[in-house]
Amino acid sequence: MLSIELGHFALVLAFALAIVQVGVAIYAWQRPNEGGYSFVQQASGLQFLLVLLSFAALVVAFVTSDFSLKLAYEHSHSLQPTLYKFTSVWGNHEGSMLLWVLILTLFGAAVAVGGSNLPKATLNLVLGSQGFLVFAFIGFTIFTSNPFERLPEMPLEGRDLNPILQDIGLAIHPPLLYLGYVGFSVCFSFAIAALISGKIDAAWARWVRPWTMLSWIFLTLGIAMGSYWAYYELGWGGWWFWDPVENASFMPWLTGTALLHSALVMEKRGALKIWTVLLAIITFSLSLLGTFLVRSGILTSVHSFATDPSRGLVILGMLTFFICGAFILFAWRAPALKAGGLFAPISREAALVFNNLFLATATIAVLVGTLYPLALDAFTGIKISVGAPFFDLTFGALMVPLLLVLPFGPFLPWKRASIAQASKRLFGAIVLSFVLTIILVAYLWDGFSLTPLGMLLGFWVIIGSLADLAERAKLFKVAPSVSLRRLAGLPKNAWSTSFAHIGMGLTVLGVVLVSAYETETITTMQPGEQIETYGYSVRFVEEVDLAGPNFTSETVTFAVAPLGKREDMVSSEKRTYPARQMPTTEAGIKTFGLSQVYISIGDRVGENGRVVRIWTKPWILLIWLGCLVMAAAGTYSLTDRKYRIAAPNLVQKQSVGAAK
Amino acid sequence: MNRFLMILILIVSFVPQGFAVQPDEVLDDPVLEERARDISEGLRCLVCQNQSIDDSDADLARDLRIVVRERLVAGDSNDEVVDYVVARYGEFVLLKPTFSGHNLVLWIAAPLIFVIGLVILFVVSMRQRKVSNAAAMTPEEEQVLAELTESETDSANKDQTSRQSAD
Repeated sequence: MLSIELGHFALVLAFALAIVQVGVAIYAWQRPNEGGYSFVQQASGLQFLLVLLSFAALVVAFVTSDFSLKLAYEHSHSLQPTLYKFTSVWGNHEGSMLLWVLILTLFGAAVAVGGSNLPKATLNLVLGSQGFLVFAFIGFTIFTSNPFERLPEMPLEGRDLNPILQDIGLAIHPPLLYLGYVGFSVCFSFAIAALISGKIDAAWARWVRPWTMLSWIFLTLGIAMGSYWAYYELGWGGWWFWDPVENASFMPWLTGTALLHSALVMEKRGALKIWTVLLAIITFSLSLLGTFLVRSGILTSVHSFATDPSRGLVILGMLTFFICGAFILFAWRAPALKAGGLFAPISREAALVFNNLFLATATIAVLVGTLYPLALDAFTGIKISVGAPFFDLTFGALMVPLLLVLPFGPFLPWKRASIAQASKRLFGAIVLSFVLTIILVAYLWDGFSLTPLGMLLGFWVIIGSLADLAERAKLFKVAPSVSLRRLAGLPKNAWSTSFAHIGMGLTVLGVVLVSAYETETITTMQPGEQIETYGYSVRFVEEVDLAGPNFTSETVTFAVAPLGKREDMVSSEKRTYPARQMPTTEAGIKTFGLSQVYISIGDRVGENGRVVRIWTKPWILLIWLGCLVMAAAGTYSLTDRKYRIAAPNLVQKQSVGAAK
Repeated sequence: MNRFLMILILIVSFVPQGFAVQPDEVLDDPVLEERARDISEGLRCLVCQNQSIDDSDADLARDLRIVVRERLVAGDSNDEVVDYVVARYGEFVLLKPTFSGHNLVLWIAAPLIFVIGLVILFVVSMRQRKVSNAAAMTPEEEQVLAELTESETDSANKDQTSRQSAD
């Protein structure tokens, strides 16, 4: 079909347009003119449409199983369900690059459309920087990873998508993660614009914060999704492995979280300007690192997407250019930015600085743990491994003080505060957290460990954050109806802060409980056999062979129940995908409240028996529930009208202030 | 997309699909088995990417798990077992690098950054204090400032007001 060439052409056109856009943006920066500004703005929208057209062409080729397209032949199969034909588009390096670029232009267009209340000169610089990114990454796609390559002869059948990717979780995971990663490009471009123009103020923070929040929400969901996918698909019951690729997505999340908090200080108090700009640059740099280091071939020499070494070099070159370029610009221009508001060592600002210090240090710990083995190998040839035990220790140690201080933050007034006063108001929360921890520990006691500390932190963060709401509503101090009315009248920010922190607490609690109290049973079972394990009964009902659209499956059905309760059926599978001769496991997971029983089957034993591995995972759903609560809280804060209305007012005030 | 890497790793390491620890490996003595699991979690499967031998299905991981259990049954302490494995397979096998020599950078980097951060904060706050002392205000001025800032959310204006009142 011709649409493939059309898509290719649209992509090249978008590339050319990006070059012109950058040129015009530079010209308009030097000689401000209305025509230049509006061209730059419209170019962003047009780029998005062109890349969308190009992406649509790829989608059509995949969905109609057009195997004359090399990419579709290599990563798709005519028998795949349509959903997976669609998701195959980004289940490979070239297609995922196009998705990445599509999202990049989407954000560019969104800024162009939503940024009409920004000063024209600022918008021009932001879109110019965004256009430069588009230029670089479309260029990379066209010249080193062209998704539109044709095969001279059209094969009859494709080679199928990697079976482990044929899963709804993985279908949504990459786009979510990319929306997060790429969203930070907007913050990056705002930072570049601020550095070039030398103008930065509280209004800047107000523009950047919604973009940061949006990206952060997507990244939170993307990471949570990936973690849950790994949990149910990989079949050994883990949900976080401190794998280099996981760390790569976690680092921008950590600095993005820091950025949200520092931009808050900047917006409200005009302080931390330079640091916030730096964080915006670092966060996007880490996002780039997350997307591309994995593919450059240096992070994992054998296993990554891009096995082509020249492509790896190009990626490294681009990473170096953008990251070093931004840092040089920062070093050169940051001193020109004026420092802002003052605050005492004990104040809300100081608490947020504390938050940033710990999040930044935690990022360094993860970064060093991920990259140090590579550096050591490259320079000395010594090979070491850095795995979960290292990260648990270093990262965990840094989280303890952060979580301890967290609930104090919202209780401290801006500028100057007193710890004694905040503690007094948090006294009830402190007592309640201790009581809950003591009860739970006494009930579950199995010897000395760090578990009680973890539980205490989880409860403390949750209760402390609820206490903030209670305090604002004057709960128990005034009539309940008045409290309710006060609660309803609270600003959206108060709710979203509180619930984002509660989400954090829930995740912490889930991690602590499941790490401490999960159990594992490895055994062999025959059909009809029933075993009791840690409060649950599990019965091997039957094994059948099933056929899926493009796979065959050995399915074992189990009946699972908490002891003495009614049984529920759950099946655990081993699948084989003939196109690639590859097996996958589908774990059988049964949910009871927030806890789960996780069953995975192994090799056959004897005539009808199976090796069976059964985990009980108490409260494990809290981990992902917490992430959802965090994302929901963030989304709620985005609905705040002030982001849409107050910005232009501020701009006017600003210019009046400057004119004085 | 980051999962793809892990997946490809899995393809390499998981070809004989099944589990990590097999029922026939498990020791009869639960205390020894518990110790074996603890040790296994800290040892890397050498042919896998960032997986412990406890999680891995590779044959080599199974061999190592059996070695660990044999040493434990022979009466070794946990450290002795680990030393035994490290002596044969090198430091690469440890998922938690030793706190020594060429690994110092790894362990010290984050704490060092933390301390540097603290020092920078201290210096900045000292400088701020100097600034704010130089611009010390009388209680009346502070009162006026508080009223002014109350009505304005814009901090740039605030800076200007404070400078004006300091003059």
